[in-house]
Amino acid sequence: MIIDHPLLGPRDASEFIYLGDASLLKRPKWDEEKSEDNFYKYLYLRENVAGMHKELWFHQQGDRSWLVISRNTVTHEIFKVELATEFKKNMGKSND
Amino acid sequence: MYYNVLKILKEGLNDNKGWKKTWQNPEIKKKYDVIIIGGGGHGLATAFYLAKEFKIKNIAVLEKNWIGGGNVGRNTTIIRSNYLLNENEAFYEFSLKLWETLENQINYNAMVSQRGVLNVFHSDAQRDSFVRRGNSMIINGADAELFDVDKIKSIYPFLDYDNARFPIKGGLFQKRGGSVRHDAVAWGYAHAADELGVDIIQNCEVTGFKIKSGTCIGVETNKGDILANKIGCAVAGSSSVLMSKANMNLPLESHVLQAFVSESLKPFIPGVITFGAGHFYISQSDKGGLVFGGDIDGYNSYAQRGGMDMLEDVCEGGLALMPTIGKARLLRMWGGIMDMSMDGSPIIDKTHIKGLYLNAGWCYGGFKATPASGWCFAHLLAKGASHSLSENFQLDRFKNGYMIDEKGQGAQPNLH
Repeated sequence: MIIDHPLLGPRDASEFIYLGDASLLKRPKWDEEKSEDNFYKYLYLRENVAGMHKELWFHQQGDRSWLVISRNTVTHEIFKVELATEFKKNMGKSND
Repeated sequence: MYYNVLKILKEGLNDNKGWKKTWQNPEIKKKYDVIIIGGGGHGLATAFYLAKEFKIKNIAVLEKNWIGGGNVGRNTTIIRSNYLLNENEAFYEFSLKLWETLENQINYNAMVSQRGVLNVFHSDAQRDSFVRRGNSMIINGADAELFDVDKIKSIYPFLDYDNARFPIKGGLFQKRGGSVRHDAVAWGYAHAADELGVDIIQNCEVTGFKIKSGTCIGVETNKGDILANKIGCAVAGSSSVLMSKANMNLPLESHVLQAFVSESLKPFIPGVITFGAGHFYISQSDKGGLVFGGDIDGYNSYAQRGGMDMLEDVCEGGLALMPTIGKARLLRMWGGIMDMSMDGSPIIDKTHIKGLYLNAGWCYGGFKATPASGWCFAHLLAKGASHSLSENFQLDRFKNGYMIDEKGQGAQPNLH
């Protein structure tokens, strides 16, 4: 797979480390009533879709930036690559 | 149909015209006692042991494609029981014991070959950890031997013992480990289950569950609705997709694992060898092909094919261990979809929905577990309670803090 890095252009996927589902960016609050259950879901449960998937990749052998990639897990086609910092900013705006 | 030597001789003289189908193609009934979703190794084994050991009648196995087309035909065929943690080791040792008598049980030649599994190590620290694992194996009734370099040299003279970076310092050997003809496992279980009256229904995809007030009473399929008292799901890499139809999120990620076969060579690798410094395992099939594999590609995938970077990584591991295979040409490669769990260990458990049971999370160790997985899942389905060997493989262990983390990697599925 070729990942079109927003700053560096197309890079081979082997330069990157995969962390997983981008919902890991939505860390639950620790001081809520149901936080124990929320953290269990946050840490261990995954939607694991066959199809469009937003996921976190780390450019370990590059600029060491975190990316959020929208990719089809059935075809490996990549539709969108964003810096995780940008993604998180927009995530807050849309209350996503 | 019962297979035996006389029959083979008779059919040999009869142009092989008298063979019946290995399994039938039955009409779907409206209701079953137990439906198993997934006609892979685990699903078929479950159906077989349900009928044979637990005397359940009226069982169906629903397979969305054809028997043997999933992970049971997409692995490197290795069987072994060399785990560290008691929860795993006792289970896999039970599985290995079932492998040893499998062919008589199912009346099918699965070419079970206990040719020995050798894990080589490369440092003092790794020796300590392998010794510990060997002791754990012995405590759980398995066999384990520590080999020094001379002993390994007598069996495998062609390994790179003096590799500057990863010199071989010895190995942990399990003589009873080995390999099995993987397709024949699917066919054999299907044949034996069919003989006991199990309906094996191919090209039947489950599209939803029929759930009424918290109880699962049947499934919706592309061939119509089918009712059942109990429904067991054993669909490996597709578990999350299937269970999402019951609104469940599982502690799983689906990843692709590749396997590779070289051209046929004269026999020179008598057993199974694994490299201790990278992730590489190899054996030679009876046809002569080198069958080898390594790590998963590392990202969520349902594609049943992987990337060239992992091929390169696997081959680098192989050449560091045995440079002699460098001139062998690669013949085939394929990918299977692994249900990677959050602690690297499987799940055999009921769900919060009554009548719905789950068998998943085999990571890339599912093939060797086939008989024990089938047995324990059948026990759970028949008796409604976990078998003592699978009672730790609970779905809610992540919530309760009873993880079985063989490698100590935490909730990072692509590291298990």
